[in-house]
Amino acid sequence: MEEKTNEQEDQKSGPEGADPSLEKSTAPEKDGEKQEPVKKPETPAAKPKPAPAPKDPRDKLFKPEQTLIISSSPHFHTHDSVPKIMWSVVAALVPATVMAIYYFGMDTLIMIGSCVAAALVTEIIMNKMKGEGLTINDGSAAITGLLLALTLPPSLPISAGVIGSVFSISIGKQIFGGLGYNIFNPALLGRAFLQANFPVAMTTWTYPNTEKYAQIDAVTAATPLAQFKFDKIVANYGDLISGNVGGSLGETSALAVLIGGIFLLIMKYADWRIPVSYLGTVFILGGLFWFFSPGNYPDPVFHLLSGGLMLGALFMATDMVTSPITTAGSWIFGAGAGIVLVIIRLFGGVPEGVMYSILLMNAFTPLINRYTRPKYFGEVRA
Amino acid sequence: MAKSKTTLRYEFLKGLWDENPILKSLLGLCPVLAVTNSAINGLAMGLATTFVLLSSSIIISSIRNLIPNQVRIPAFIVIIATFVTVADRFLAAFFPLISKDLGPYVPLIVVNCIILGRQEAFSSKNSVFRSIIDSSGMGVGFILVLVALGGFREILGSASLFGVTVLGDWFQPWLVMILPGGAFLGLGIFIGIANWINDRRARA
Repeated sequence: MEEKTNEQEDQKSGPEGADPSLEKSTAPEKDGEKQEPVKKPETPAAKPKPAPAPKDPRDKLFKPEQTLIISSSPHFHTHDSVPKIMWSVVAALVPATVMAIYYFGMDTLIMIGSCVAAALVTEIIMNKMKGEGLTINDGSAAITGLLLALTLPPSLPISAGVIGSVFSISIGKQIFGGLGYNIFNPALLGRAFLQANFPVAMTTWTYPNTEKYAQIDAVTAATPLAQFKFDKIVANYGDLISGNVGGSLGETSALAVLIGGIFLLIMKYADWRIPVSYLGTVFILGGLFWFFSPGNYPDPVFHLLSGGLMLGALFMATDMVTSPITTAGSWIFGAGAGIVLVIIRLFGGVPEGVMYSILLMNAFTPLINRYTRPKYFGEVRA
Repeated sequence: MAKSKTTLRYEFLKGLWDENPILKSLLGLCPVLAVTNSAINGLAMGLATTFVLLSSSIIISSIRNLIPNQVRIPAFIVIIATFVTVADRFLAAFFPLISKDLGPYVPLIVVNCIILGRQEAFSSKNSVFRSIIDSSGMGVGFILVLVALGGFREILGSASLFGVTVLGDWFQPWLVMILPGGAFLGLGIFIGIANWINDRRARA
């Protein structure tokens, strides 16, 4: 019975509290309009003798078996809150951040710190301009700054990172109304802005500070994708998994990103359908090209491990605000991003297209939501 | 405010802010977006448009009672086109570089909504003097936004203003600002700021 009690505490109590006379007609089992999948079973109807309605349903003294709470939907609440989810995402990014610092030195830490600080300061300024309470505690601004920093090349000047971070928060998020209203993923929008502003600096890469590259004097390097695109050199999988290749700060180590991403998926803070359909589409479509012409196109495993695909698929495409809310929509979203990515990587003028593929699908998200809307119970389509 | 709307002072000032053709009416955005990659281009475009607006307003308001209502739009267009040709040839003769920069956007002034809109809404119904005041207000409002937007984009995109370098070597120009994307961004920010100021005023 202890379990049941906890579950019932989740139910929201209306301000009126219980009214025993309405017990029959509004029993929760009759509610056929639920849109979201119900995870927990409905609690049984109350006993005939209800106790007086409590002021706080979470009050420990409250005995839920003895009363029926009548309130408007939603009836089920989760214990998750925006700050909890956001700080979990930050925690999930820790492995990638640690690998970035390991490979690219302490400058990485300065870059990440500047981006996060700039994002927080911009958030405060925009909050003040809009005359609303501060929203920095929900962690979303910190995530934007962190994600943006992880997608930047190691040699990028700090000032450029700050510009991108300010743009992400101000134009990417707050202009649209703040968290939950933005059309595009703010971090990716900031990166796209930097890419358009500083095309040379944003495509200048350096090798990690590891023994493998110690004897190479070259300051600049190519990412594995660029090496393949222009020289048909395939990096070995070991380096791609550990991250011992040129690339953006947080994207080189596929394994570190994957660990954080799986943590998010287990916590259910990211919809597993999006990364699965995104990575799956890239694997299948990239594999088809490779199967028919192995010399011209890279193999599908290389596709998955190289570039920012892992980071994009697990942390950016799964952004709750800018991805579809329906189940079918999630599959379409991931598949669409995968198709766009393969086309850009194989036939585009640039080696990498994760950013553009996700931004493009973000623009389609309202449309996808509209066309994959689930049927109402008993609805007949004309 | 209702009473002062008829004063001459208001007829002029409304073009600067209250009925600014770009920030408020969102008219004539094509040249605004296309030619404001530098302050000087914005200024040239603004002056050319204002010249056409002012001249055609004078002609149209003075013959407003002679134009049959049914053919007023073609009549307006013929008059506007005349002055556009004058402006186009003048720029080509005396400022060939600017003329080349502006390209087809000078001839396109003929279809600029601001000009036709002012004729339809104001000059065809008001005296010559009032039309001149109205057109100058609208023209100045147009020029101010174009120069401001051109300057904004030039400073960020080329680190210069009116062709003079104003930001030192430490500044890495923001390439996107002199590309079409920068025009949309800049205009959006301008309109947003204008709305924000109006909003705060209304609340105060």
